[in-house]
Amino acid sequence: MALRWLWMLVPGRGGWNPCSKSPGQALEEERHVRANDRDYNERFNYADNRIKTAKYNVFTFLPINLFEQFQRFANAYFLVLLILQLIPEISSLSWFTTIVPLVLVLAITAVKDATDDYFRHKSDQQVNTRQSQVLIKGKLQNEKWMNVRVGDIIKLENNQFVAADLLLLSSSEPYGLCYIETAELDGETNLKVRQALTVTSDLGDDVEKLADFNGEVICEPPNNKLDKFTGTLYWKDNKYPLDNEKMLLRGCVLRNTEWCFGLVIFAGLQTKLMQNCGRTKFKRTSIDKLMNTLVLWIFGFLICMGIILAIGNTIWEQKVGSSFWEYLQWKELSINAVFSGFLTFWSYIIILNTVVPISLYVSVEVLRLGHSYFINWDRRMYYSPKDTPAEARTTTLNEELGQVEFIFSDKTGTLTQNIMVFNKCSINGKTYGDVYDEFGHKVDITEKTPCVDFSFNPLMDRKFRFHDSSLVEAIKLEEPLVQEFFRLLALCHTIMPEERNEGELVYQAQSPDEGALVTAARNFGFVFRSRTPETITLYEMGQAVTYQLLAILDFNNVRKRMSVIVRNPKGQLKLYSKGADTVLFDRLDPSNEELMSTTSEHLNEFAGEGLRTLALAYKDLDEDVFDEWMKKLLFASTALENREEKLGALYEEIEQGMLLLGATAIEDKLQEGVPETIACLTLANIKIWVLTGDKLETAMNIGYSCNMLRDDMNKVFIISGHTTLEVQQELRTAKEIITGPSKDKFSSGLDMDKTELYSSDSVFEETIIAEYALIINGHSLAHALEADLEQILVDVACLCKTVICCRVTPLQKALVVELIKRHKRAVTLAIGDGANDVSMINTAHIGVGISGQEGMQAVLASDYSFAQFRYLQRLLLVHGRWSYHRMCNFLCYFFYKNFAFTLVHFWYGFLCGFSAQTVYDQWFITLFNIVYTSLPVLAMGLFDQDVNEQYSLHYPNLYRPGQLNQLFNKRKFFTCTLQGVCTSFILFFIPYGAFMSAVRDDGAHISDQQAFAVTISTSLVIVVSVQIGLDTNYWTAVNHFFIWGSLAVYFAILFAMHSDGIFTIFPNQFPFIGTARNTLNQKIVWLVILLTTVVCIMPMVAVRFIKADLYPTQTDKVRLLQQATRRQGPQEQNFRRVRRTSSRRSAYAFSHQQGYGELITSGKNMKVPTSSTSTYPLSSPTRGPAGTSSVNNSWVNDTSRDQTETYNTGFRRESDQNQEVTVEDLEAR
Amino acid sequence: MRKSSCRRGGTPEDIRMKNEEEASERPDNTAFTQQQLPAWQPVLSAGIIIPGFLIIGLAFLGIGIALFLTSQTIQVLEMDYTGVEKDSPCFRCTSPSNQTCTCEVTFSLSTLFTGPVFFYYGLSNYFQNFRKYGVSKDDYQLTGDTQYFKSPRDVCFPYAHDSKNNPIVPCGAIASSMFNDTFELYQIINGTKKKVPLDGKGISWWTDYNIKYRNPLPVNGSFASAFDGTVKPINWPKAAYELDLTDPNNNGFLNQDFLVWMRRAALPQFRKLYRRITEGDYATGLPAGNYSLTVYYNYPVLSFDGRKKVVFSNVSWMGGKNDFLGIAYLVVGSLCVVMSVVMLIVYAKFKFSDDDDA
Repeated sequence: MALRWLWMLVPGRGGWNPCSKSPGQALEEERHVRANDRDYNERFNYADNRIKTAKYNVFTFLPINLFEQFQRFANAYFLVLLILQLIPEISSLSWFTTIVPLVLVLAITAVKDATDDYFRHKSDQQVNTRQSQVLIKGKLQNEKWMNVRVGDIIKLENNQFVAADLLLLSSSEPYGLCYIETAELDGETNLKVRQALTVTSDLGDDVEKLADFNGEVICEPPNNKLDKFTGTLYWKDNKYPLDNEKMLLRGCVLRNTEWCFGLVIFAGLQTKLMQNCGRTKFKRTSIDKLMNTLVLWIFGFLICMGIILAIGNTIWEQKVGSSFWEYLQWKELSINAVFSGFLTFWSYIIILNTVVPISLYVSVEVLRLGHSYFINWDRRMYYSPKDTPAEARTTTLNEELGQVEFIFSDKTGTLTQNIMVFNKCSINGKTYGDVYDEFGHKVDITEKTPCVDFSFNPLMDRKFRFHDSSLVEAIKLEEPLVQEFFRLLALCHTIMPEERNEGELVYQAQSPDEGALVTAARNFGFVFRSRTPETITLYEMGQAVTYQLLAILDFNNVRKRMSVIVRNPKGQLKLYSKGADTVLFDRLDPSNEELMSTTSEHLNEFAGEGLRTLALAYKDLDEDVFDEWMKKLLFASTALENREEKLGALYEEIEQGMLLLGATAIEDKLQEGVPETIACLTLANIKIWVLTGDKLETAMNIGYSCNMLRDDMNKVFIISGHTTLEVQQELRTAKEIITGPSKDKFSSGLDMDKTELYSSDSVFEETIIAEYALIINGHSLAHALEADLEQILVDVACLCKTVICCRVTPLQKALVVELIKRHKRAVTLAIGDGANDVSMINTAHIGVGISGQEGMQAVLASDYSFAQFRYLQRLLLVHGRWSYHRMCNFLCYFFYKNFAFTLVHFWYGFLCGFSAQTVYDQWFITLFNIVYTSLPVLAMGLFDQDVNEQYSLHYPNLYRPGQLNQLFNKRKFFTCTLQGVCTSFILFFIPYGAFMSAVRDDGAHISDQQAFAVTISTSLVIVVSVQIGLDTNYWTAVNHFFIWGSLAVYFAILFAMHSDGIFTIFPNQFPFIGTARNTLNQKIVWLVILLTTVVCIMPMVAVRFIKADLYPTQTDKVRLLQQATRRQGPQEQNFRRVRRTSSRRSAYAFSHQQGYGELITSGKNMKVPTSSTSTYPLSSPTRGPAGTSSVNNSWVNDTSRDQTETYNTGFRRESDQNQEVTVEDLEAR
Repeated sequence: MRKSSCRRGGTPEDIRMKNEEEASERPDNTAFTQQQLPAWQPVLSAGIIIPGFLIIGLAFLGIGIALFLTSQTIQVLEMDYTGVEKDSPCFRCTSPSNQTCTCEVTFSLSTLFTGPVFFYYGLSNYFQNFRKYGVSKDDYQLTGDTQYFKSPRDVCFPYAHDSKNNPIVPCGAIASSMFNDTFELYQIINGTKKKVPLDGKGISWWTDYNIKYRNPLPVNGSFASAFDGTVKPINWPKAAYELDLTDPNNNGFLNQDFLVWMRRAALPQFRKLYRRITEGDYATGLPAGNYSLTVYYNYPVLSFDGRKKVVFSNVSWMGGKNDFLGIAYLVVGSLCVVMSVVMLIVYAKFKFSDDDDA
């Protein structure tokens, strides 16, 4: 919880930018660091490793915080008022009427800021006091992180966080290699390799040598580029170039490496991590903006009132005042009517200032904070498998969650779990994977369906589930083709195995599909156990079998297949191939015709269920043919020109006449409840766009399985043109089809006035009953986003029920969001999980991160985070809707209250010679907003529920008012201020009428100013309390307590302030002595209060009732329904279940990048076993890891390679290919 | 736009560390955190609103009738004695040259004016509620704090010092402009005047007389000495300590007329209690007959177009005569009843059926 506190309380505005504080940064052009020479390095004043994100310390808190607070418009405004009040000529109110609320507001904010800062101090402290081993004076010493200096050499151990940006000097691994996990930096969970210079890696862990190391690094100044570093190491009269591959950045974690030594280059705030902690732009909600406009309007209104009253004063002075002053012999007042009017203007500005609500901003922030807590506390958005609760990371956007119109969703990891599951297969014309009951009917697979028992296989992956036991039986019967099928799966791939402990196999797969296939083979008894550049070792049904790997015919986008050529222990040469069915079927032996058609049928079936399919084939190779081919291959692979094509042709040559084995079907597992959520959100009239880096086919598949694409849709437009013209043509055609030829004229009218265009369009959008879908490819999108096409893109896209953009870059994701923001003026929400979604999350009005997935990037950039896509439904339809509803009611009431309260002075102006005489006691003015009326409305704003959560979810169209901005807009504002004005009128004139001739029941007079004030203020407090009661739909104990409590407090304070005791202490400040009791003991006064209250309230009640009766809103209906059900007792809730419709598509599962085959055969990414190079690690299955767990499987290393050449490829699992986010890419915006 | 952002301060590495430290992040399952506090959820349904309006309407009609009838029983006699018209008895007093002037206003009662009868003076177009007029007094002075006798607070300006720079006590515009017409009431019985006794005790608020205003303590046994070194307000004929020499409890700041005047009116047209008629033959009221009111006309109001009047009235449980309130109640009550009928019609006619799918 403490952590979330921390996140919550750091306000977006006034965000602290640690980067700006780094000293000497502006001057630094080049950095000189000499190892082990603190004196030298200190000359440059580099930042030390202390992190300071906190803004204040005990002494600077007050001045800095106050300074910041007064930079806000509202606070500055009240400060000006305060100054005005100190001018005796115009001071119509005592100073305390402004200063008390102002101090209170400032104090609340200051307390909040102080709490924030306290937590920042704590987290800074925690980070700064972490221990690290520093080489000081020839000895390794434990030091706190904050005491690490630039130029120090520090030792890191496995699984430790890197303390600063280091130059890697040496490590426990051979060749100075070390492995790091960069998840905190860029969100990628795969390990990356870093390698030290050979000269420094020779230093090893010899502390003496390291202490003598006195190389000097000259490098670039601190910057925020995570993947770039340039520098030179000067040591022993030699120069060594340095690049990013030799750097360990702060925030990384050392993995699989026992120890390493590094030289601190950048420390503390100058590290790349901290340099990236920039201030993100502060998001404001539309209500915020509206509120600011309204406050300006109110301000204008205030000035108008001031002017009216000033003019009134001038006239009054001339007509009445002057003679009255003359009569009183008050010469000073009868000087100049115009000047008097001028002074009156300022006086009225002071007393009417309460129309601009001082506590508005603070109250709004308190509400939002509360709403954020409710999100954090919601157990229905807590995902227990990952122990991740939902988190509102921004506290300023809650009500906007109730207004979302567009959702932009990432696919991988957001809609899908990014878990590929081997679901079905077809082997030699027979399908496996379906479960049938005793009557031969297909059974739906659920959680309860019994799983196949793989216990015969000690190397199985326990997480693997398969429900059809016939396949295991087939394996156990040793059907040759079934065996061959799984052998293929176990051999034909580019996976790296890792075996930490005996039998604990972990596959490092570059695509999850491959991992799924190899895992399936593993469980079915064909365990891929280890590989070297030349061999692959399998455990086939418990027997170790080593195949010689002769060639990998790698995957690429054109080939859409990959093959391996292996020699099995019997000496037979085999080619195993897997790939897209369409590609593979063309290269089959003609004898396979029949099997092909059966398999083809199966493939259609699989694809229809939204599964990703692959066809498998094999071929026996002739030794001679192969030898000859191999020679050609070697020759081609050394060719300098057209190597790719030559290789491709050779691959093509040998991949002919293959025999079909069957097909696999992989399920790209959707996250739980995705189709239901999407259906529900669609019913709430939210448009969901999928923006994915995946391929068209994959994206469409997911579209179908999420129920976003359906067979009964009228047409699915696929835009995949490569030129602007093609794209334009495709979009035009699509639009014509949708709108019909009659709209032709209209659609070509791009030059039409834009507002007109979309106003009529949005009307038109509603009338389209036919359902269309638009799928657009990344390269087409690039054209479509150009200035002259974007309008038509928006038009077409908004006419379609479903929009899927595939193969988009992170930048394009942001551009699409930006496009909608610009053209539709709608609230957008972007949801994603990976680093590639950050741009979109930052661009959209609301960014949501899926937490508990790869890295923290998306979560860190997001405004809300939770673990499962389906929680979006609850976030929007329940929390968002409530927040919006509460905020709108709150604002309406707040403006109403302030107008009702303040305008009484305006009316009184006409009867008191426009003298800026207040109606109320000054203390009442001081306390009204902050004590008497603040809590009930806050309770309403925090707890109100017009419709309970079940109904909110059950009737998604209740979300509509938020999208249409119906609950609080300018019109609504006018209505509620008008109500306030009317109330103030009634509040003033009914007592006026009654007091014209009123006397007490003992004959004494009562129509004096103080009795009048008490009568009106009591009426006011009662009226606004009744009004808040009417506005409260959900009376919890807190509401009761606050509403009744406020009334009680009002009377308590009233009597206390009018008591004898307080008067005798401060006779000057409490002149209302005795007024309360002398007034409130009169029946007539209560009759006036009763009358005023009823006259103020009843019309509102009647209007609301008649409106609800004549034009009931959805909410009204549901509320009534809800009440009716409550009376009858709870009813069975039948929630919609969305069923997928089956359809026939074809897709193939290969989200690969090419190039891995080469890496494997060259062995460049394999390690030399540390313990014994001689033993084949896999031929001795009993061999346990020696000593540490970090010595896992043994990767043979080609020692002759150029060390720096290929490391940067690393081995990464990149699910969305071509999607590496680069800093430049995003900064290009 | 930046790629990486630690929006909430702190570094990403903290998150990992913290997550490892904490066992479970599962939110508490309380009604409060899950927003499921038991609550009363009223709905403005027809079953409540229409009868509600009807009941309130009827109640208001009842109160209205009661108020109206009560108000009708209260007798009020109002007489403007400013003397604007030439034929009015006090016309001659309106010329500025006439310093001390007395005029006589006669009236006759045809029936008994039931007692106790209250005698008010009323002023109109008189802005006691003007802000600067209203603040122009010194509360410390009026609590008898002699320290403020010497140096009145600034708000009293220009009624704080006289031309010779002597402090004025009581200072300020309100005190300075105190109403100083006095009245004597006679019943004319067979041509002879019979004085009606006027009772000036307790006409101010109890709190004003007992707490808010205090006289300075006598100096050397003399009340007047407490005011040494100060001067009377310019318009006053006599000093504060001479306001009522007959009754020391009605003297100085505790003079009832002064207290009544100092409780300034909310509206530019007001009336203040002058005397009660509760004694002697008139305890039960003013019998029918002819009366003569002698006015010692000291207080000029015509210069600012003001008006003066005297009012005789009796009171009931609801105070003085107040037609406004009764009528307002009747109007509001009948409107409520009408509204309830209108709403009933609307409801019956346009009621959406519950089975209409929401």
